[in-house]
Amino acid sequence: MNRSGKMPHTKSVETRHVEEREELFRGLRNLDRRSFLKVSTGALAAAAAVGATNHFHSFLPVNVAYAAEGAALPGFTFAYISDSHLYVKKTNERFVRQLLRAVDDVNNLNPQPDFVFYGGDLAQLGRKEELDLGAQILKSIKAPLHMMVGEHDWYFDMGQRWNELFGPQNYSFDHKGVHFVVLMSVQEKDFWTARGMSPAERMHTVAGLDNAVQSAFEVGAPQREWLRKDLEKVPTSTPLIVFSHSPLYKLYRPWNFWTDDAEDVQALLQRFDRVTVLHGHTHQVLTNRIGNIQFHGMLSTAWPWPYAPQGLPPLTVQMNRPNPFDSNDGLGDGSVTVHADGLVDKLYNLWNRNPMQVKASYLSSGGKSDAPVAPTLASY
Amino acid sequence: MNNTAFLALILLASALAAKADQSAVPQPSAAAPASGSKTVKLCDNKTTVQVSNDLPKTRAEGQKISDSLMAQWKASNPNNSWMQEEIEAHQITVPADNTKLIGTGQSSTYGTVTPQDVQVWKNETYKTAVYGSSVFHSGDKLGSEIAVSCDMCHPRAANTHPESYPKFQPQLGRVALLRDMINWCIEHPVRGKVLAPDDPKMRALEAYILAQRKGVALDYGKR
Repeated sequence: MNRSGKMPHTKSVETRHVEEREELFRGLRNLDRRSFLKVSTGALAAAAAVGATNHFHSFLPVNVAYAAEGAALPGFTFAYISDSHLYVKKTNERFVRQLLRAVDDVNNLNPQPDFVFYGGDLAQLGRKEELDLGAQILKSIKAPLHMMVGEHDWYFDMGQRWNELFGPQNYSFDHKGVHFVVLMSVQEKDFWTARGMSPAERMHTVAGLDNAVQSAFEVGAPQREWLRKDLEKVPTSTPLIVFSHSPLYKLYRPWNFWTDDAEDVQALLQRFDRVTVLHGHTHQVLTNRIGNIQFHGMLSTAWPWPYAPQGLPPLTVQMNRPNPFDSNDGLGDGSVTVHADGLVDKLYNLWNRNPMQVKASYLSSGGKSDAPVAPTLASY
Repeated sequence: MNNTAFLALILLASALAAKADQSAVPQPSAAAPASGSKTVKLCDNKTTVQVSNDLPKTRAEGQKISDSLMAQWKASNPNNSWMQEEIEAHQITVPADNTKLIGTGQSSTYGTVTPQDVQVWKNETYKTAVYGSSVFHSGDKLGSEIAVSCDMCHPRAANTHPESYPKFQPQLGRVALLRDMINWCIEHPVRGKVLAPDDPKMRALEAYILAQRKGVALDYGKR
């Protein structure tokens, strides 16, 4: 299990291995190939010294050498599951079964993805029992798992249980020459204290997508500072993939399809040559491009959201209007293919329908080529 | 309770106090203790307060009486701000503005339209839609066995398209009205019990859904 899935007090052999490897990758990124081989040999010796003998092959990171030279990456895929909104089983078994379906989907991928990313809102009302149930189900995923938090996971105990289960809510890691950043983008300003709300009332307010009592989502100044520092060490030629639960742009405020400080976060990302942002929360096929940044939504396993009445990005080709008579329609999971140039094709694996793929070339061309197939039944 | 209604109650209580001032004889209903007192009743015809006959007949004392009545009423009606809270949370579309009819009324049933008429039409209509919103957003009120409510797929009633009904719904094998689809959703995704067509909750749900699509052209039969 990797760093994001680790338990707080124990570090398994695997975890330590991955951490050591990440540290090594980080140090190697700016070396040329000759120095790299020298350092790499040293690392092998060091690894042997600490007893990581089973993993020598992992310490030959050819991919990182490529990245350092700014040349092609090996390319890889990862899968995602998002927005499962679990209640405890005796309250609602449907959402539980739908998450199990998604876990089956990713476990049946052949070849297996390099890792699985969970896009937030594992729980519906942020209860310990809901988060524990989710964690238990996600344990059966075969590939390594990276977690992101959503507002439904957070506002009952302000992230306490989620942090205990899954570690810090914002972090970064490197994988095959790509720098990944996971943000906690659903910070809300305190609307509850003045109203004398209990934790359950606070959670219930945030859980209502269209509840106007809550505040707007934001990444917040302290985390933006963390992001700035994290990116300082990363060369602009390194492809960047950022995860946020809410879309990192402003789409529709009444449903919080919105991040209030989106422009400030985008400003930190714009200097990179290739940036992709993947977000949950919107439960639909959603595509956008702002300057250099390409944005993709993720599907939910719980229920689909309709498209917002205003603000839909022009590049979005809508998914078909979900059929209410077909349970699980409009739901699904998906995968992301990272190409040699660091840009991604995004696959929406819509259950009960043909999958939809939104290619990097579609976004890079400003919608001129490789447009996804438009639906027969768009939103009302 | 809004400020206007609150003010009306204060005025009522003050008027009662003032009336007591003018009245030479004690109220017959007041079981008079030694110095004598009278009963002041709130406009709900239930809430009362005993007022001593010796009380100075000032506006300040009148205010105290009305505050005491309101405090009692608020304590026995803890849900009195449900409408305000519902509007704040879910911002329900207000009904059509009929103020331009004030002062007109030729051939209307009751003669000239007054501002009160317009206010009553608006309040009553709006109240139905606001109640509908509270049902729409509550798994409990919908009787859901799995804690699911309408807004989980239809925030602010989006994608409910009431303008497209009636239409033939092949999955139901007949022409569906909006209420048929509401009931289908209550029975299946929400897993509650279907509502009778004239159930106050059904009427309110229809009102809310139609309110949220205000201004959209009717297009029955649209797929």
